Amino acid sequence: MILNERRDVTAVADDHNASSPLSIHDMTVAYHRRPVLWDIDYAAPEGSLIGIVGPNGAGKSTMIKACLDLVPRASGSVRFHGGTYRAQRRSVGYVPQRESVDWDFPASALDVVAMGCYGRIPWCWPVRRKDREAAREALDRVGMVDYADRQISKLSGGQQQRVFLARALVQDARTYLMDEPFAGVDAATEAAIVTLLRTLRDGGKTVLVVHHDLQTVPEYFDHVVLLNMRIVAAGATAEVFTPENLQKTYGGRLTLLDKAAHVMASGGRR
Amino acid sequence: MLRILHMRRVLFPAVVLFIGAGEALGDVGGAMDGILEITTWGKIWRALTLVDHTTRVVVIGTTVLGAAAGVVGTFAYLRKRAMLGDALSHATLPGIALAFVILGEKRLGWMTVGAAVTGVLGVLAVLGLRRVPRVKEDAAIGIVLSVFFGAGLVLMSLIQQMGSGEEAGLRSFIYGKAAAMLTNDAWLIGVSAGVVLVCCVLLFKEFRLICFDQSYASSQGWPVGLIDLLMMGLVVLTTVVGLQAVGMILVVALLIVPAAAARFWTDRLGRMTVAAGVFGALSGWLGSTISAVLPRMPTGAVIVLCTGVLFLMSMILSPHRGVLAGLIRRMRLARRVADQHLLRALAEIEESRGEGTRVEESELWKMRSWSAAGFSRVMGRGQRRGWIDGDGRQCRLTATGRTLAKRVLTNHRLWELYLIRYADIAPSHVDRDADEIEHILSEGLVQELRQALAEETTIPPSPHVAGVGI
Repeated sequence: MILNERRDVTAVADDHNASSPLSIHDMTVAYHRRPVLWDIDYAAPEGSLIGIVGPNGAGKSTMIKACLDLVPRASGSVRFHGGTYRAQRRSVGYVPQRESVDWDFPASALDVVAMGCYGRIPWCWPVRRKDREAAREALDRVGMVDYADRQISKLSGGQQQRVFLARALVQDARTYLMDEPFAGVDAATEAAIVTLLRTLRDGGKTVLVVHHDLQTVPEYFDHVVLLNMRIVAAGATAEVFTPENLQKTYGGRLTLLDKAAHVMASGGRR
Repeated sequence: MLRILHMRRVLFPAVVLFIGAGEALGDVGGAMDGILEITTWGKIWRALTLVDHTTRVVVIGTTVLGAAAGVVGTFAYLRKRAMLGDALSHATLPGIALAFVILGEKRLGWMTVGAAVTGVLGVLAVLGLRRVPRVKEDAAIGIVLSVFFGAGLVLMSLIQQMGSGEEAGLRSFIYGKAAAMLTNDAWLIGVSAGVVLVCCVLLFKEFRLICFDQSYASSQGWPVGLIDLLMMGLVVLTTVVGLQAVGMILVVALLIVPAAAARFWTDRLGRMTVAAGVFGALSGWLGSTISAVLPRMPTGAVIVLCTGVLFLMSMILSPHRGVLAGLIRRMRLARRVADQHLLRALAEIEESRGEGTRVEESELWKMRSWSAAGFSRVMGRGQRRGWIDGDGRQCRLTATGRTLAKRVLTNHRLWELYLIRYADIAPSHVDRDADEIEHILSEGLVQELRQALAEETTIPPSPHVAGVGI
């Protein structure tokens, strides 16, 4: 048993790509003994915009959560910029699904964004003025500064999503993991988010996005990970996002396949 | 789902209050004699000025307890741990009884320790049971609450059979007996409340974070378990020191009801915490003062009733979230929608028959599903505001009315167009009759729609006027 673990550790040291912002090695995740992710091996290229795509229940959110130690891994290991998540926490920004919280909570948009600064504030210290200023700046970057003092339940779904993005931005991380930031947002917000993601990428950040709309994948993402309990294919969108791979990922479930094929045929430009 | 949550938040305080009312009423008969016998202003005056030592101890003790419970209760309430507090308080009974059995006499300090021990065990049992597949949180709470309380009652009856005659003293923990509070008990409450308040101020940021978004907190490296433990520890402390004053059945009300009431008044966590503390303190003070004036009134139940009155008043009167404000808002909205319907109907008729057309009121009436009373109300309002000229049988738009009616019509058509073009992404909460489109959609989009509206020749007629044959 001990021997096994030891071998595992050396394997990890060898197989991780230290220069990658996110390197996953041999990761398996199980809920109640039922595996939801099998043997995930992946190294994200730095400075790119990466879409994680797959059918419902494919384990897209779970993959992100397991990387962030929010869900226990049955096996495998994860490195951010060559270090464990614990060590690299400050340089990783996380945007959870919007539905994961109760938006009726008594807080303003600014209060929520300021939570992104809490990691820099010591225990028992209140939120400082410079934190609030940083939060306001982040709200400005997502075009929400006019709503800073509004109670969060009075924001639209798209605006709430932007507040969550701003909370991750305020952290000024190098790598961002976002769980369905486009879910249930209006067209204006979707456009604003895409612009923001591109700005981040152009600033050298790496952004991984769980995404469910196949039609927009070629337009939004440089790289794509096709996931269905295991990684079906991963790489540059132009090479990997093909009808054959989609068929493998979605199996019989893909009624959208024709649509996607159509998108591909009309020139999978980005 | 949201609605169910909301119902639970409203219902639970209501149930607690109901129990409180029952207990208070049970003693009302006796209390009435008391009122007649002694009465009155002198007594009230003595209670208010805290001249009597006993009264002073009880009033100060319960006030401070209420403040602490309100403050820490805010976080428990927002963390959706309100019911867990109920399981906790019921689970203290076996601890109290066991401490008595082991010591063989009534020693308050050790019984409090016993209460805390089994209370914490109860909380842990709930948290553990919740992890078992197929046991949901409400079931876990129900199981622990009733089993622990049952165990406590069995122990109590054993104590009764031992015949030391002290079992009645233990009963005061169930229903509460504030009058028995001694100076030392009040000090204990005071010190505990101080600890609770200081911790809540210091850990405000941490509590806020885990109450709002637990998984984000743990992704940021905050020890969520530890913070949770501290929060539950403060709840346990408040509950245990409050047992004797309010009783284990009702002490949970002090944690939940002030927080629930405070939520009606503000959207900021800081203010909500302060408001809940004030509500709790006010209830404690008012309740103990009332029961000092009316003898034989159970203090705990009266305190809980006071929280209930504050809650009801908050629920009805709050300017933003209150029931009354909501009714008024809905009434205003209904009126505005009716006005707009009338103006739109007239504008559509003018569009086909020319400006200044006189319209039979009966024809107008048929265009909408107005009741007779509703129609005459909306007509009357239109005339009073100078939008419509009418003689009771025929009517037409005035110049002011026409400007307004045209705007309403355009707005309505822009919305229709928007829904036709963008229906798949239309936000669900748009109230298109009542809202000016410019207030909801971006300027660029409205411009685009206006252009489309100008170009488009076949605007689909509104379903309401389809049968009229304009």
